[in-house]
Amino acid sequence: MKKVYPKEEVCMACRLCEVHCLAAHSLSQDLIRAYKLESPRPRALVQVTEKGPVSLALPCRHCREPMCVYGCFAGALTRDEATGVVSLDPDKCVGCWTCLAVCPYGAIYRDPARGVAAKCDLCAGRPQPACVANCPNEALIFAESARG
Amino acid sequence: MASYLIIGNSAGGIAAAEAIRRGDPKGAITMVSDEPYPAYSRPLISDYLAGDVTLEKMLLRPADFYPSHGIEAILGTKVTRLELTQKRATLADGRTLKWDKLLLATGGTPTLPDIKGRDLKGVFVFNTLDDAKAIGDYLIARHRAVVIGGGLIGLSAAKALLRRGNETTVVVRSARLLSTLLDAEASALMEKAALAKGLKVIKGSGGEEILGQDGQVKGVALGRGETIPCEVVILARGVDPRTELAREAGLKVREGIPVNEHMETSAPGVYACGDVAESYDFACQEVRVNPVWPSAVIGGLTAGANMAGERNPCPGTSAVNALSYFGTAIAAAGQANPPTLDGFEVLRHPAHNGHYEKVVLQDGRVVGFILVGNLEKAGVIFSLIKERVDVTPFKKDLISPSFGYAFLPAKLRQARIAAE
Repeated sequence: MKKVYPKEEVCMACRLCEVHCLAAHSLSQDLIRAYKLESPRPRALVQVTEKGPVSLALPCRHCREPMCVYGCFAGALTRDEATGVVSLDPDKCVGCWTCLAVCPYGAIYRDPARGVAAKCDLCAGRPQPACVANCPNEALIFAESARG
Repeated sequence: MASYLIIGNSAGGIAAAEAIRRGDPKGAITMVSDEPYPAYSRPLISDYLAGDVTLEKMLLRPADFYPSHGIEAILGTKVTRLELTQKRATLADGRTLKWDKLLLATGGTPTLPDIKGRDLKGVFVFNTLDDAKAIGDYLIARHRAVVIGGGLIGLSAAKALLRRGNETTVVVRSARLLSTLLDAEASALMEKAALAKGLKVIKGSGGEEILGQDGQVKGVALGRGETIPCEVVILARGVDPRTELAREAGLKVREGIPVNEHMETSAPGVYACGDVAESYDFACQEVRVNPVWPSAVIGGLTAGANMAGERNPCPGTSAVNALSYFGTAIAAAGQANPPTLDGFEVLRHPAHNGHYEKVVLQDGRVVGFILVGNLEKAGVIFSLIKERVDVTPFKKDLISPSFGYAFLPAKLRQARIAAE
């Protein structure tokens, strides 16, 4: 399956992926409105992790053995056997955070405004995820494998 | 055609049934549970009692799950006897079932403290949906509640009672809440949050006697001349593995039912998983009971695959808990609070703005952690326990508030991304 792979050697930690992810997951699809007017404010579903010169944006890996799905007692996290996509249903999530405690990539976040977990949904419906489309350095690729 | 019998209908049993079906499309699968409901999420009984979820939302699988997987579900009937040599189970209604492969996913049963007044009207346990329903049916707004036990079950009950507007007191034998999961510092943060939400907490007494009048609860005596008046008592002293069937059948039983790496018990063809099983714990490096949801699912998947003929070893599990009570988020795993510091190295970032980081090392490997507040990195640290990574070169980073995936050594970081 195609997913978002980081290329850490070219990531500058500019965090535009976070900005465009947030806008793509807003009601207005407009960055300024999303930040200033929407309530609750949408949350970016990707987060840059950095240490000194090392940085990378690491969204959900849609694991074949998804620890988050195994840990979810609310039935909010599921893996589609056919597509391989791991999805989060915010209406079922109860904010217990077990998924955060078991994700080996640290790729699930808390959405404090809604009290539920948040993670990459691959921007279903778009030709390319917003983070990939807007990364100025091509540090994110939408591909079948890390090699592209 | 192989026949599979699964006793239990929660996390482990369901995961196993699905794994069996993947490995054996034709075999006959029967699931038996003494609870009358399709598989539901037991941890959500707190939200149910609070009125935040309906039974429909608690169901673990769609309504057609059993027929669509070719599973015969016998719900609301207890298994009373297992005969291992005949491979035969007897049900409470007299029916018998044969098996080729048997799975014990019987879960746990509430530990009942030996306390006087246990049988009074208004005393409940808090383990099943029926328990939550019974409490909900009994409770009226002016009732004051005392929860005996300050562990996960006790706090989840207290949280629901407070949410319903009932005056609630937790009494706990030890000096602090969640004493088996957390250390003193994290317990204190949780207690502070609980008190701020209106919970009363009494430490150092597990309740000496439940006092009654006309057969109904009227208070809890603390055994030092003090009494808390109340109309409802919840006994929440934890859960014991439900091993009686296994014990009577002659299986090897310790605290739980020990299983090997294929989740097989001392009897060939008989498997166990979930809260009743003792399986390999990669944080403690020993076989033990780990009554947590991920461990039940992973054990169930492994058991099911092996029952269907694969030879898949269990990847191992560990006690890992995340909780979000009273507005405080905590994650803890493994040996988060070792009984002795001998041989352990403890790294701590003392409480700061409601946040706290603690990581426990042994021989340069992470064996446990507690995080309060920022949990986003919890899974990364948990993975280091599981993979037994030598963290010596970057151990100081583990308790840094900014710790995250980028802190992992380049080789590990990149290999993991390439693998998925």
